[in-house]
Amino acid sequence: MAEPMGFFTDTTVCIGCKACEVACKEWNQLPARNGGIGTLSGDSYDNTRHLGGIHWRHVKFIEQFSPDRRDGRWLMMSDVCKHCVRAGCMEVCPTGAILRTEFDTVVIQSDACNGCRDCIAACPFGVIGINPVSGTAQKCTLCYDRMKVGLEPACAKACPTQSINFGPIADLKKLAQDRLGQLQQSGEKRAQLYGDSESMLGGLNSFYLLVDKPEVYGLPPDPKLPSRNLKPSALWSTLGAVALGILGVFSFRERGARDV
Amino acid sequence: MSSTFFSAPPHWLWLITAYFFFGGLAGGSYFVATMMHLFVKNPDRRLVRLGYLVAFPLVCLCGLLLTMDLGRPERFWHMLVQSETLRPMIKTYSPMSSGAWVVLLFSGCAFLSFLAALAERGWPDWPVLRRLDPTARTGRLLTVIGTVLGLYLAGYTGVLLAVTNRPIWADTTFLGLTFLVSSASASAALLILLGSWIGVSPRSVHSLERFDRSVLVLEVLALAALIASLGRVAAVWLNGWGVLLAATVLGGIALPLVLAWRRPVLNRQRWIGPVLILLGGLLFRVLIVFSSDRL
Repeated sequence: MAEPMGFFTDTTVCIGCKACEVACKEWNQLPARNGGIGTLSGDSYDNTRHLGGIHWRHVKFIEQFSPDRRDGRWLMMSDVCKHCVRAGCMEVCPTGAILRTEFDTVVIQSDACNGCRDCIAACPFGVIGINPVSGTAQKCTLCYDRMKVGLEPACAKACPTQSINFGPIADLKKLAQDRLGQLQQSGEKRAQLYGDSESMLGGLNSFYLLVDKPEVYGLPPDPKLPSRNLKPSALWSTLGAVALGILGVFSFRERGARDV
Repeated sequence: MSSTFFSAPPHWLWLITAYFFFGGLAGGSYFVATMMHLFVKNPDRRLVRLGYLVAFPLVCLCGLLLTMDLGRPERFWHMLVQSETLRPMIKTYSPMSSGAWVVLLFSGCAFLSFLAALAERGWPDWPVLRRLDPTARTGRLLTVIGTVLGLYLAGYTGVLLAVTNRPIWADTTFLGLTFLVSSASASAALLILLGSWIGVSPRSVHSLERFDRSVLVLEVLALAALIASLGRVAAVWLNGWGVLLAATVLGGIALPLVLAWRRPVLNRQRWIGPVLILLGGLLFRVLIVFSSDRL
């Protein structure tokens, strides 16, 4: 297996140019929404709105202003599939269409997917969506085809500020720690890494440097695997089946005894 | 805020809601028929047969609904067979994978029991089908296996929802239990309705009604556990969904229970209770599926 690869996104240097979105769409030949006719969301400069089957990169714009608008800041973040080391989508996929590559990334094989959408509900980050052209679930592949020939993903290549860093996970973690230390030393005490620790789904192969709480960026503070509910749910259901059996025996036997 | 609120909805809407409802009825009817066959002395065979005759068409409908809901319906077989190697595709820890197999296997059992029920009436009068009659050893084995699979079908749909990261669904572990119990009560109600319609013996209908009453009480307990386990997430129902929940509980459980107690007075309106129970079962699934999808 090759070395685990991924993204480290430093949101503090993102300028919201959306070059990553465009590069992703272009390389992966993703269609435009609504036939390319622009519809404005009214939500800052974000008209992509969410990740999904045709948006594998999404630049978020968070405006934090005081009521009199004298004080404020912009937070911008290029969001993408987290390529979780323990991936919920892979757990539930009933067709085996979702697999882990030799780069430790998570990829959906479009020709095996039948569009059941279980992975969409299982992903704690809301990353996956149906591509209306293929009728299958799709998301970022971390440009598997480019990585196979030694190229970096299109989004990282296009990023003009090095907000999106691509490379071996071990190197990225070191880079992230250095940058975190630099920010904290310069007084940005809110700076924190999100997803670099193995405690979060075994570690996210796409992790972030944030300067506010994860919820502010639309990231779950405590993402979990869907399988956490499997055993207790199955246990309660089994107990319910036993209870129904007992109720059936008593309800029907009583009548049988009376009939004699 | 629960982390489930950051996930995206899979848009499982009417087709899946209908599948949850009819799947529960198919599995539940098979279960009730088997219980009556095994534990009622001299049961009205028409009522027992009715359970098996209903289960097979319903599970066929389920397969159709599931296939229609796929983004690529022509690839439905990928659930069962690996598309590249043609080996069986089984993931025991994925409720949708195990559920697909259960739908297939239960369909087989329901089909054989369906044939056996027809053969009991002499149509078709094939000697081989007599072995599938629940009174024969092979038939008994078939119905026991079919009952286990039927109960699985009725309950796994709730587990399937719980094994996601969606609000409400993944915030409780009681959905499987509640779906299972609700399926049993709705199935008994369906058989009461159909049985009364074809004129089975009142004593047989009474035994079903007694069973249904006890299952409704169990359903109240399961629902209470579900709502309590949701904690603060249940606040998402403080709107029109809450009204639907109240209508489901009052109209689909409480009112049928009251009617059942007052049955001698309202004997001529006996159909009202079962119809309300069936409606309640459907509305409960609508509530669970749609209220999460809209978040």
